[in-house]
Amino acid sequence: MEDTLQNETGTATAPEPAPESAPTISVIGAQPEIIPDSENDQLKIGLGEFEGPLDLLLYLIRQEQINIYDIPLARITDEYLRYLQLMKELDIAIAGDFLVMAAQLIEMKSRMLLPRDPLAEEEELIDPRTELVDRLLEHQKFKAAAQMLWSRSTVEQAVFTRAELETDKSNPEVAVGLFDLLTVFQEILGRHKEEIRLEIEREEVSMAEMIERLRNMVRSAGEINLLHFFEQARTRRELVVAFLSVLELVRLSEILLSQRETFGEIVARAAS
Amino acid sequence: MSEAGRAKKTKEVAESEAEAANAIVVEVDEASEIEGERELSAAELRGAVESLIFVAEEPIAARAIADVLKIDVTTIDETIGDLATEFDRRSGGLQLREIAGGWQIATRPEYHEHIRAYLKSKPSAKLSLAALETLAVIAYKQPVTIPEILDIRGVQSPSAIKTLLDKRLIVARGRKETVGRPMMYGTSKEFLIQFGLKDLSELPSIEDFQDLAGGGS
Repeated sequence: MEDTLQNETGTATAPEPAPESAPTISVIGAQPEIIPDSENDQLKIGLGEFEGPLDLLLYLIRQEQINIYDIPLARITDEYLRYLQLMKELDIAIAGDFLVMAAQLIEMKSRMLLPRDPLAEEEELIDPRTELVDRLLEHQKFKAAAQMLWSRSTVEQAVFTRAELETDKSNPEVAVGLFDLLTVFQEILGRHKEEIRLEIEREEVSMAEMIERLRNMVRSAGEINLLHFFEQARTRRELVVAFLSVLELVRLSEILLSQRETFGEIVARAAS
Repeated sequence: MSEAGRAKKTKEVAESEAEAANAIVVEVDEASEIEGERELSAAELRGAVESLIFVAEEPIAARAIADVLKIDVTTIDETIGDLATEFDRRSGGLQLREIAGGWQIATRPEYHEHIRAYLKSKPSAKLSLAALETLAVIAYKQPVTIPEILDIRGVQSPSAIKTLLDKRLIVARGRKETVGRPMMYGTSKEFLIQFGLKDLSELPSIEDFQDLAGGGS
């Protein structure tokens, strides 16, 4: 604890190297790239290899060759915010994650700037950076572990076992787990939804077409049974159109309707 | 003279091997007498074990082999040991290796190019860095909840966890008895297989990575 405090004052008095005032921060292997996605008419933005704020912080610490146990908060916060500015211009969704860290950094920075309460208990003298350093170290360990897993899987991908024997497939029911079942079920559900959405284009018969059809039928056959005419309608809508066209032709006095007996079949005949 | 000496020695070796074989047969004899099965010679036992390992769909445990052959596990373990030595001595295209709590016959990685050329296959898609980091956290911290994982990684998106679940590298491991009873996750057998591990203890200690981490600055 003593050491850390001494180091800290050391950093404060020593002049800090002026941060590079490059307009954009270019990072090898972490260059933001803009990938135009013509299909969705969107711009996708890849932010290199920074998976989160801890990643970015570790990168900055390494780039600035800073001792991780004695982070000059002012300098690293500036660097961090500068990078964040760049990210903000590119991808707000990702920046959300990073903003929390920015706030924490600024809060820590301001706490470090405040003079220490000489009457404060020993416990309160704990360096505010301690927690961050712990998190960074922890994160770095898991990054290294991820590297190890990566190389293991690379070797493993070069190892092959024998091809499947015929018996492997002889009883596929048994080989299916609950997970497979759910996957298949999801697929079926998805397909079902599509089916519902599938609209069959119906042949629309316009009023004019229907009138023409009725007119032709009456003209060629002399007289027609209306029941037969209505039965030709394939849809409810067509039936309504057929009925309306009968009414229309009656109104225009082109056809006459007659009924031979009460409740009997109605016959349409040309008017003249 | 020296020729004859060597010949004699070979004969002696052969005899001692035969004796050793007999000794095993005697042991086996007692175990299998009840079943009324013909006892296997040491060579036959090795052959039987090898064929079972070859034919098994997944890495096969010594226990499973013992059950099939009705021979005690200790003998099977020894036989597998002998087999493994045989494979190593031959240093051919195959290896007998222990993986995910069982034994498996697989090709040696150095021949992958030729195998890929024959199978016309490419290495399958690698996991993303985010997924690998998440997997590392789960492997070392299991059973672990999603908030704990995200906290260590310092991100808020749990999408990598879904990827790992889809690839069956991790499985749910019950719920944590805390507020909200969040689901806990751990690595699966598939994880051991895909990363060529006997068991989780074969993973290097997470503390070993500290040196790497500290040395970085």
